[in-house]
Amino acid sequence: MNETAVALAAAEAANTRNALEVRNLNFFYGKFQGLKNVSMDVAEHKVTAFIGPSGCGKSTLLRTLNRMYSLYPGQRAEGEILFYGQNILDLKQDLNLLRARIGMVFQKPTPFPMTIYDNIAFGVKLYENLNKSDMDDRVEWALSKAALWNEVKDKLGQNGMSLSGGQQQRLCIARSVAVKPSVLLLDEPTSALDPISTGKVEELVHELKKDYTIAIVTHNMQQAARCSDYTAYMYLGELVEFGQTQQIFFKPQRTETEDYITGRFG
Amino acid sequence: MGDKHISSQFDAELNSISTHVLEMGGLVESQLHQAVYALIHLSPESARQVIDNEARLNRMEVDIDHEIITTIGRRQPTARDLRFLMAISSTTRDLERAGDEVAKMARMVLSIIESGSPRSLPSYELRVASELAAAQLRKSLDAFARLDTAVALDIMKEDNALDDEYNGFLRKLITYMMGDPRTISPSLDLLFLAKAVERVGDHAKNIAEQIIFIVKGEDVRHRSMDKVESVVR
Repeated sequence: MNETAVALAAAEAANTRNALEVRNLNFFYGKFQGLKNVSMDVAEHKVTAFIGPSGCGKSTLLRTLNRMYSLYPGQRAEGEILFYGQNILDLKQDLNLLRARIGMVFQKPTPFPMTIYDNIAFGVKLYENLNKSDMDDRVEWALSKAALWNEVKDKLGQNGMSLSGGQQQRLCIARSVAVKPSVLLLDEPTSALDPISTGKVEELVHELKKDYTIAIVTHNMQQAARCSDYTAYMYLGELVEFGQTQQIFFKPQRTETEDYITGRFG
Repeated sequence: MGDKHISSQFDAELNSISTHVLEMGGLVESQLHQAVYALIHLSPESARQVIDNEARLNRMEVDIDHEIITTIGRRQPTARDLRFLMAISSTTRDLERAGDEVAKMARMVLSIIESGSPRSLPSYELRVASELAAAQLRKSLDAFARLDTAVALDIMKEDNALDDEYNGFLRKLITYMMGDPRTISPSLDLLFLAKAVERVGDHAKNIAEQIIFIVKGEDVRHRSMDKVESVVR
């Protein structure tokens, strides 16, 4: 990066609010420590990508951001994760509300075995009491946000499982978007998809970041390079390097990062 | 290029490109020596050989570009690999242009020989500048092969010496032309020749900048020497 680009990036960073601030986070699966003293920020209305080899802790970190791990006994987190200033690791935290604010989409599409319409409406009903016409509007809005509306508008009564893999994944994104979260966590959202569907999801990520803060875990480095603003490289539970994506992919500061992204790792 | 990639085929592609660039550089260098020989010995045969060889350099540039495009398309290189390929692309451009300058030198030598009064001119004095330029080019190719930023920095500093040689030679030619207007036409040829030598040095300097770009990730083109030094250190 030349000096002007560096200065612009610094100015932009100074103007950005953080949706999430991770502070000295340690995470344990029983005795095994999955995350070691991780501290980083997730900037509002930006895409933050997590990359690293399998088992490096990137999915673990993502799963702490909406306390998905609380579903499993023996898993615990220490440290702080501030969501607009409020520590979500606080035990008094209402988890359902938290997960409505910080939605998650998984690696494999997980539509509910119900109609496309109900896939979207199901989550909304948990938090809001909408009349039929408002719910119709919300379903259309969410499906449009997920760039799926035009493909399914004539078959909303069909089972969600009847869609193609790429459509199912966008349906899951629509389902997450429908409850109007502030943060979307995407855990390898395209690893089961073909290149065209992957392209559509990436395009969607670009669209969604205007309204949402997005954190994405990906094994596809080019995907991180294409669609993220910030990239975190993790290895063995540690955050090795975190910075602007263009910096990480053009001139990383750490040799370990360079070795990984250039394919010299291993 | 440091440690090996997981894909040995990727390493093989990068090494092949590297080798071809060094081959191309070697050809430019031998062309330059031959052009200087043609000038000193006023040998039209040598000059013509240089001119004929230029087409080979052009082909090499096109072939290397093709290799670069193929590797970028297949491998989507990042970080140092990406900088390396971009730098190679720029370096082959410089080598091709240095080759053009050398061919220009050869054409001027022919023109001077045809003018019929070559011996009366200070053409021998261009030898120093030519050897300096050839040494700069040689050094830049060595530094490129070893990705040696310290040598690259030296090359950038020494480019000034070549510029000084050129300016000194220019003053000398002006004295000749004022002394005997009949030498004006061949003197101008010699002036273009000297300019071509100076340009070869500039291309060596550009290559040196690319070496720093590969290793340090900083674009040092159009930067002050102080800034370049702080990047390299």
